[in-house]
Amino acid sequence: MSEYIIVLSSTLHSFISNKYNEGYDYLLDITAIDYSEYENTHEDQYAVIYMIRHNDFKKVIVIKSYLPSLEIDTITDIFSGANWLEREVYDQYGIKFKNHPNLRRVLNHREFQGHPLRKSYPITKGQFLHEVDDLVDEMNYKLYSKDVVCTLEDGSFSDCNKDLMFLNIGPAHPASHGTIRTYVALDGETIEAAVTEIGYLHRGFEKSCENHTYNQIVPYTDRLNYCSAISNNIAYVKTVEEMLGVDITPRAKAIRVMLLELSRIEDHLVCLAAILVDMGALTNYWYIYNPREDIYELLSKLTGARLTNSYMRVGGMANDLYDGFEADLERVLVKVKEGIDEALSLIKHNRIFHDRTQNIGIIDAKDAINASLTGPNLRASGVAFDMRKDTPYYGYENYEFDVVVGSVGDIYDRVMVRFEEITQSISIIKQVMQNLPNGDINIKDASIVLPAKDAVYNTIEGVMNQFKLIIDGVKVPSNEYYSSIEATNGELGFFIVSDGSGTPYKVKVKAPSFTAIAAYPDIIEGSQLADCILTLGSLNIIAGEMDR
Amino acid sequence: MELENPSLPTDTAIVTKLDEAIGWARESSLWPMIFGTACCAIEFMSVAASKYDISRFGAEVVRFAPKQADLMIVAGTITYKQGPILKQIYDQMCEPKWVISMGACACSGGFYDNYSTMQGIDEIIPVDMYVGGCPPRPEALLEALLSLQRDLRENRYNPSRHKDFKGRLDNV
Repeated sequence: MSEYIIVLSSTLHSFISNKYNEGYDYLLDITAIDYSEYENTHEDQYAVIYMIRHNDFKKVIVIKSYLPSLEIDTITDIFSGANWLEREVYDQYGIKFKNHPNLRRVLNHREFQGHPLRKSYPITKGQFLHEVDDLVDEMNYKLYSKDVVCTLEDGSFSDCNKDLMFLNIGPAHPASHGTIRTYVALDGETIEAAVTEIGYLHRGFEKSCENHTYNQIVPYTDRLNYCSAISNNIAYVKTVEEMLGVDITPRAKAIRVMLLELSRIEDHLVCLAAILVDMGALTNYWYIYNPREDIYELLSKLTGARLTNSYMRVGGMANDLYDGFEADLERVLVKVKEGIDEALSLIKHNRIFHDRTQNIGIIDAKDAINASLTGPNLRASGVAFDMRKDTPYYGYENYEFDVVVGSVGDIYDRVMVRFEEITQSISIIKQVMQNLPNGDINIKDASIVLPAKDAVYNTIEGVMNQFKLIIDGVKVPSNEYYSSIEATNGELGFFIVSDGSGTPYKVKVKAPSFTAIAAYPDIIEGSQLADCILTLGSLNIIAGEMDR
Repeated sequence: MELENPSLPTDTAIVTKLDEAIGWARESSLWPMIFGTACCAIEFMSVAASKYDISRFGAEVVRFAPKQADLMIVAGTITYKQGPILKQIYDQMCEPKWVISMGACACSGGFYDNYSTMQGIDEIIPVDMYVGGCPPRPEALLEALLSLQRDLRENRYNPSRHKDFKGRLDNV
């Protein structure tokens, strides 16, 4: 599906710039690979990887460049979304980007020594932080670039034309999810400049992946976007299955589509409930949260867990639907519909809601693409990019549904796009359940799927098969592969490097929330302080996925 | 500890009753401060929502300002980067105060045994109640709350219980 190109590091910038002019104008992700423990090592230890999507939203190119020295040109002048992605590569691998405007750590803390995703860094070597970053220098440079402060002769800064007040919003703030810190410079109530710091929930997902077998990683993926765990499971196992070259059964595909849409409903519900609470509309929270409880109930009956389901396996899923699932699902969908109708009846014609959301926190289509926004946030800006339509998988082309787009790209659009997407998802689920194929849920391949329990308890072959699969893991042939799905927050992709063993050599998540939060400071600059809270809520930042 | 107040009568019988009265008052007026960072915070939303409804147990006045609260519920993974913030907020809470550690990550780091995750918040602050699970069900958190309330009612509150606690960030 994706084209794979290797270029010289010295020509990388001009190559990407040419590709940009050819229409590859939507940056997906940047990462690096440390080849020091790879089976057939290249003479250069590190390589950087760029994933860029064409503006037809179908083609993806993966550009790889080996690094003779730990330096490469930045591409922030082409893509604004590259800024934080390059910072992450610097933070995790220690690769420097020449001419980057602000190359500092983004996930790890400021006292951290070393670069954790290098193979030489021991996974359990933790380092305490004693004092948090005050962000003053970053703020000063930001104000300086806006001509708000001037430099003194000794190199320090001073106010030159405005009387500013500085304020920390978060990380321990009810609306910042405990993990996002925004340091703002206020002129009255207006935000003159903003600096966002993340990484408070960076819990080493990618390093942990390098130490577990493919199926053991499924529970870790649950905790990326913990509001819709199953969609992460699916994005991950789909990538691994494509690397193995297997095609899952029709029933498994249909169940995955159904659960993906149920996850989408679940995720949008919690986003809407939270943003309305932030707005002071507490009643909506009760109306919207109750159907979410019903979904929890259904999922815990199906998977055994309310929130972190771990339901998918490479080659299929843990178990089939239970008897009576369809009736339970129908009841839940009715309640979801009731819940969102009640909430909408409270806000649809509500003047306060309109005044607080319309034409606030705007990002237009061009900026949204350049900043690599994705999913509902991008569609709210009027870009009809939905992978379910553009690059359909699991038979999405057979279901009828609309891609919901906004027109302005403000908070109102982002909220309303989510409300309407819930309705569309309900319709997709109903279509899936009408034509749910019969048959197996797992593929028949003893080297991928665990044997039946009957065989494990009664035959020696079964025991050995189970043992080998559990201890060694599913063997994935050597490859470097990127694949993604339209998850609840947008394009959720996995870039996996395998070396033929049962453990991935490297896993990188293309996380929709990461690029959204990178664009956030620019969106809120110039708006009112109270509006920045709503803007944050409307972008639906999920910390687990943002910080990984 | 109420005995230390010289204006109170020294008769032991009355003091016991006073303790009981204070315990009873404390039991039903816990103001939680939710320090939520990750998945467990989403389950805390369920605890607060109508189905599980924490207000049935007299602890629904959730405050995000530490100075107004006396029960800190740490819900979610605490990373080394988050450590100083957790400590600062804990220090800002006034005595008497209690800490519930909700979920595997806050208790022990959970399955994040790696470079960025603190292996349990009791490395930096004292904890009164641990709730297992990843994430724990809402009932489990409510059970922790009820146990704490039972302890308060039965006068098991010991203000000097963490006297010897020394966290990894305490000497800086």
